[in-house]
Amino acid sequence: MAESVNDSDAESRISFGDYVVLKRGDVFKSVQVENKKKVIFEKQWFFLDNAVGQLFGTRFEIGAGGSLKLKAAKHSGDSLDSKEAGQDNRHILDDGKSQKLTRDDIETLKEQGLKGQHLYSIVNVFVYFSHLRYDTLAQILTLGNIHAGSKILVFETCAGLVLGSVMERMGGFGSVIQMYPGGGPTRAGMESFGFPSHFHETLHEFPLCKVNALLAGTLDLSEKDADGNRRSESSQETSGVSEERSSEPQSMEVSVDQQEEMRRVERERLREQKAQEKKVKMEEKRKKLASAAALLEGRNADGLVIASRFHPCPVLMGLLKFIAPSRPFVVYCQYREPLIECYTKLREQGGAISLRLTDSWLRHYQVLPNRTHPVLLMSGGGGYLLSGTTVAADSAKTRNQHKSEEHVAKRLKLDEISSA
Amino acid sequence: MSFAEYSEIIQEGDVVIIFLGHESMMPIKVQSGAQTQTRYGAIRHSSDLIGQRFGSKVTCSKGGWVYVLHPTPELWTVNLPHRTQILYTTDIANITLMLELKPGSVVCESGTGSGSLSHSIIRTIAPTGHLHTVEFHAQRAEKAMQEFKEHKVSHLVTVRNQDVCKDGFGITGIADAVFLDIPSPWEAITHAKSAMKRKGGRLCSFSPCIEQVQRTCEALLDHGFEEICTLEVLLRVHDVRAINLPLPDFGPEEGSADSSQMASDVSQEVAPNTGNTSVICRTATPPREMAGHTGYLTFATKPQCE
Repeated sequence: MAESVNDSDAESRISFGDYVVLKRGDVFKSVQVENKKKVIFEKQWFFLDNAVGQLFGTRFEIGAGGSLKLKAAKHSGDSLDSKEAGQDNRHILDDGKSQKLTRDDIETLKEQGLKGQHLYSIVNVFVYFSHLRYDTLAQILTLGNIHAGSKILVFETCAGLVLGSVMERMGGFGSVIQMYPGGGPTRAGMESFGFPSHFHETLHEFPLCKVNALLAGTLDLSEKDADGNRRSESSQETSGVSEERSSEPQSMEVSVDQQEEMRRVERERLREQKAQEKKVKMEEKRKKLASAAALLEGRNADGLVIASRFHPCPVLMGLLKFIAPSRPFVVYCQYREPLIECYTKLREQGGAISLRLTDSWLRHYQVLPNRTHPVLLMSGGGGYLLSGTTVAADSAKTRNQHKSEEHVAKRLKLDEISSA
Repeated sequence: MSFAEYSEIIQEGDVVIIFLGHESMMPIKVQSGAQTQTRYGAIRHSSDLIGQRFGSKVTCSKGGWVYVLHPTPELWTVNLPHRTQILYTTDIANITLMLELKPGSVVCESGTGSGSLSHSIIRTIAPTGHLHTVEFHAQRAEKAMQEFKEHKVSHLVTVRNQDVCKDGFGITGIADAVFLDIPSPWEAITHAKSAMKRKGGRLCSFSPCIEQVQRTCEALLDHGFEEICTLEVLLRVHDVRAINLPLPDFGPEEGSADSSQMASDVSQEVAPNTGNTSVICRTATPPREMAGHTGYLTFATKPQCE
C-alpha cells in the first residue's frame, strides 16, 4: 500500500531528453530538452539547460544570454515584478491563476488533442492527434480493459501514441506485442512518454507479414548467419569464402606497392567487422521475433487494440485468432463504413458478442458566474470504435448435444413415473 | 478470477457473467452444487461452470445456450445491483484518462455508491496502487466491502464509512487523484486538497446540475486549483443493419432485354427473391434518441506545494 508521506517526486523533474510543453498564454510548443540547444518560442530564443532538475510546472524567466532563471516567488519583491511588467514580463510557463476559465490552457491543449495536465512528457507529433481524439483514446483504453499483467496485442499507425497509452496503463506489468506492417514498428510517440527502462522489456514486436506463417506453424525461427542462411549448413562455406578472399589479395599483390596492400587489408577488416555486426544484429532480431512468436502462438492474448489507417476488417479478422475467449477487442477507424464491414463479418463468422459501433461527443463548458454556457462541441470528428468480446468457437457442440440428450432422457423417466 | 486480473478456468467462488443474448446478461456466483435458472433452462454450476474455460458456450437444461464470461469492470457496470445511480463506462473512461490513473496510482473517491467507478479504478491502479473510498451510508459501505472481497480486490481498496465533507478521506498527502460524486462537492474541496500529494495531483468532480458545477468551480479557484475545465461526454451507439432498398422501374431501356440494367447501375448486392428489384445496403443508423445527460465532469489540477 502506498501510504508513505515521503513520496519521491524524482519522476516529475525535468531531465535531458524529456519532451516538455512550453506555454505562454495560449501558445504552446512541444520541444525536447537538449544540452545547449537553442530553442525558439514566441519570438524569443533561450536554452533549456537550467530547466533540468526542476519540477515540471516550474515557472521561468528568460535571463541574459538566453539562460533560464526561476521566476521569483510571488510574495517577494512584488513592486519589482510590477515594474518589470511593463518591459519584459514574458514567462515561459504562465501562471494559471491569471487565466480566465474560458481560455483555459487545457481547452487549447485538448483541441489539439493533447493530454495536458502537468506539463510533462507529451507526444511530440501533433498531426496524429487530429484524428484520434483523446476521448476516443479514453474509450479504447477502458473498453479494452487495458490493465497491468495482461498480454495485449496492439496494431496502430498513430506514431506510437496508442501504444504508449496502452503501456502506461499496463505500468510495466504483463506484455504488449506490437504488430507492425512493413519494415519496422514506429514508436516515436511512445518514446516521449518517458517510460523507465524496464517497461521496454515488456514490449515486443511482430511483423504482420509473418502472421500467416506463425498461424500455420511454419515460421522459421532457427539461427542464421550473416547471409541469412541457416547457420548449421553454410557456416563452413562462408568461412571458406572469407579465407579465400583473404588469400586472394596476397597472391595478386606481389606486384602492388605496400600502401595499396595496407588499404586492402583495412577494407577487408572493415568488411569482416560489418559482417560481424550484421550477424549480431540479425541474431538480436531473430531472438526478438522468437520471443514475440512464443507469446503469440498460444493464441491466448488478453486483448486487441487496432487503430490504423489500414482497412480494419482483414486486420481484425487476422489478429483475433491470437486472442483468448472472453476477452475484449477495440477497433478504431476514422470512418464508419469499414467498421460496418467488420461488424457484418463478425456476425457471419461468430466468435464475438456484444458488438458495438460507437462514437463519442464531447462538449466543453465555460463556467463563470452568470456567464455559464457550452463552448465547444466536438462530434463525429473523433473517429469511430467497434468493440466486442470474444467467445469460444463452437467446439462445445458435441459435449452439449450429449448433455441435452441426457436431459431429455431424464425428463422421459420422470414423465413415466408421474403418469404411473 | 479477479476483477483486476484475468484467469482462464472457472473456479468455485468466482463471479462470472452469463451472456444470454443481445443486451441480456446476468452475474452469478459460482458455487459447487448450485443451479441457476435462466430462460433457456438451468445451469448446473458443478458440471457446466467449474473447470470450464471462460468464454465457453454452455447449454442449459432446456436446450438453449449461453456464454460464460470473465468479469470486467465494464461488464460489472452494466450488471451490478444498483443501490444508487451509477456512472457508466463512457464517463468512467474519460475520468480514468484525465485523472491519469495507472498502476500504482493512489486514488480517493467519494461516494462509493454502488461501486461502478470503484471497480474500474481498482482495475486500473492494480497491482501497486490503492483506492481510498468513502461512503457515508453505512449499508452501502458494508455492501461495497463485501463485493470487493467477493471480487478478490479487497487488498487494493479501503472503504471508510464517514462523511467526506466533515471528516475527509481518512488519509492525507498521499493521493495522486481525487474523485467526487457527492451532492455538495464544494464542501469537500479542502479535504480533497489535503488528501493529495505535495507535488500535486488531479481532481474530478461529477455533478448532474450546472449550479453544482458553478459552485464547485468557484471553490476550486479559491483553493488554488488550476486548469479547471468542465466538460460533458456522450456516447452515440450506431445500429448496424442490412436494409432493403427497392429499385425504381423506368421501363425497358432501348436496346436492352430487361430492367436488370438498373441493378447494375447500383453497385450493391441484389436482394434475393426480388427479381432484381431491390438491393441490400449495409449501413448504420444512429439511434433516434441519444443517451441522456448523465452529468458534468469538472477537472482541475492541484499544483505542487511550494
